[in-house]
Amino acid sequence: MEIAKKSVVLIKPYSSVKKPDIPKCRPMSVILRILMTASMIISAGVLVALIGCILINGIPALIKYSPSVFSWEYTSENVSMTPAIINTLIITAISLIIAVPVGISAAIYLTEYAKKGSRLVKLIRIAAETLSGIPSIVYGLFGYLFFVLTLGMGYSMISGAVTLAIMILPLIIRTTEEALLSVPDSYREGSFGLGAGRLRTIFHVVLPSAVPGITAGVILAAGRIVGESAALIFTAGTFAAVPDSLTDSARTLSVHMYALLSEGLYTEQAFASAVFLLLVVIGINALSKYAAKKLTDR
Amino acid sequence: MNKCKEKLMHGIFLVCACISAAAVAMICFFLFANGLPAIREIGTADFIFGQTWKPLENKFGIFPMIIGSIYVTAGAIIIGVPTGIFCAVFMAKFCPEKIYRIMKPAVELMAGIPSIVYGYFGLMAIVPAMQNIFGGSGKGMLTASVLLGIMILPTVIGVSESAIRAVSDSYYEGSLALGATSERSMFFVVLPAAKNGIMAGIILGIGRAIGETMAVVMVCGNQSILPDKLTSGIRTLTANIVLEMGYAADLHRDALIATAGVLFVFILIINTLFSILKNRSSDQ
Repeated sequence: MEIAKKSVVLIKPYSSVKKPDIPKCRPMSVILRILMTASMIISAGVLVALIGCILINGIPALIKYSPSVFSWEYTSENVSMTPAIINTLIITAISLIIAVPVGISAAIYLTEYAKKGSRLVKLIRIAAETLSGIPSIVYGLFGYLFFVLTLGMGYSMISGAVTLAIMILPLIIRTTEEALLSVPDSYREGSFGLGAGRLRTIFHVVLPSAVPGITAGVILAAGRIVGESAALIFTAGTFAAVPDSLTDSARTLSVHMYALLSEGLYTEQAFASAVFLLLVVIGINALSKYAAKKLTDR
Repeated sequence: MNKCKEKLMHGIFLVCACISAAAVAMICFFLFANGLPAIREIGTADFIFGQTWKPLENKFGIFPMIIGSIYVTAGAIIIGVPTGIFCAVFMAKFCPEKIYRIMKPAVELMAGIPSIVYGYFGLMAIVPAMQNIFGGSGKGMLTASVLLGIMILPTVIGVSESAIRAVSDSYYEGSLALGATSERSMFFVVLPAAKNGIMAGIILGIGRAIGETMAVVMVCGNQSILPDKLTSGIRTLTANIVLEMGYAADLHRDALIATAGVLFVFILIINTLFSILKNRSSDQ
């Protein structure tokens, strides 16, 4: 009797203890939460400030100098950016034409042919990783030493484009590899089972299903080319018009902006080109996202 | 016929795969073939530890630039890494779905913005702010550090977030079950478990910061002297190259290429550290 009573007494206080509500009253948790929120607000705030700063300064400049800033020929009066935009398109196209087939082939070798853990594959992976870490100014100097001087191509669009092609190669290899690896093995086995050779399997089965992922990578690479300036100054030079041939010097939009800024005379026009550059980058990012989403949707 | 084609394409793929290795070898070769003779001519100690850079007087000491690069990178780490890690934890665990859907693309966009645009932003927004706070020109070490801190944010956030997400949920749940708050569990259990991945992200950020050129050259002041206070102007290795390469000749030009060689060695060290850490985190 006595014992039973006691146990009741014992149980009661426990069940009447309120559930501890932990999160709100611990000072450390509160501090951590504040720090996290603050960091997030700072990160987002910086981006908003950057876009805001460029749009607020750039759009009035764009309106003020329109349409002369878009006129066909560059003169020191209108400081037109149209030639720079055209040059950007040309250089982007050439770099992609060079880098995409090479990059995709390299990725195909790494995923479809190479034996896992072979020494060559390790070497290639280390090389690609090293390439992706090299600063663009070092690419610029290499391009200057190799293409401009040693091969005698001079300051030209083609020197710039080849330099950039090497620069974006690791990005294309990596994204293509990821896309190829995400193709299920059953596709390959099915194709082999139907009697297709390795080559046919790759080109008719594996590659088509990896296209969205590869596209996303290629678009990202295009974004890097559009934004690149340090690697181009000493390879493609800073000539401000659309050249007659690929062996002539030409500046892309980013280089155009750098040139305007370092001359210090055309700050407002530089703002205008910054707006344009920013819009292109946002557009490219959105496109790449869209392509990547297509891959995961399937 | 078919067999021939298979063999041929196999060869082509192999050659393409080797191109990246060849490119690294070529870059090494050209930088050092042009840079090393210059270093030998200047004298290794005079080049690396020399404190005066006066090309007209044939004085090529890049010590101030090395120090400048290290200082701004350290500053960028101090500013960018804590912010980035806190932000990554928030995005990985505490972020409401709605905010995440905005933040994720925003961070990706930040990574894609060209460095020249960052430089412009620094010149137009951060430099005037620094002028107001500290006086002077507003260009200098602190400004460059802030700008680089911003620029490495997306790298640090992206890599850290995926490292945190890769930690198994049972760590977090176990810690909760032991009575820790969810914040405590994230910071003292999950974060340490993700430490290798996060370190890899930081090292990647260091690589970005030390190699950044166009943004830094706009805001660092470009004086090739040893800095004595936070706001004094400095010059980084990258800035040195881009500022003078346009008109340099002879030994001056080769000295600049040697500067790039030194930068390249820095990057190689950073890359090696990165791959060691990455391998370690994938071993776990």
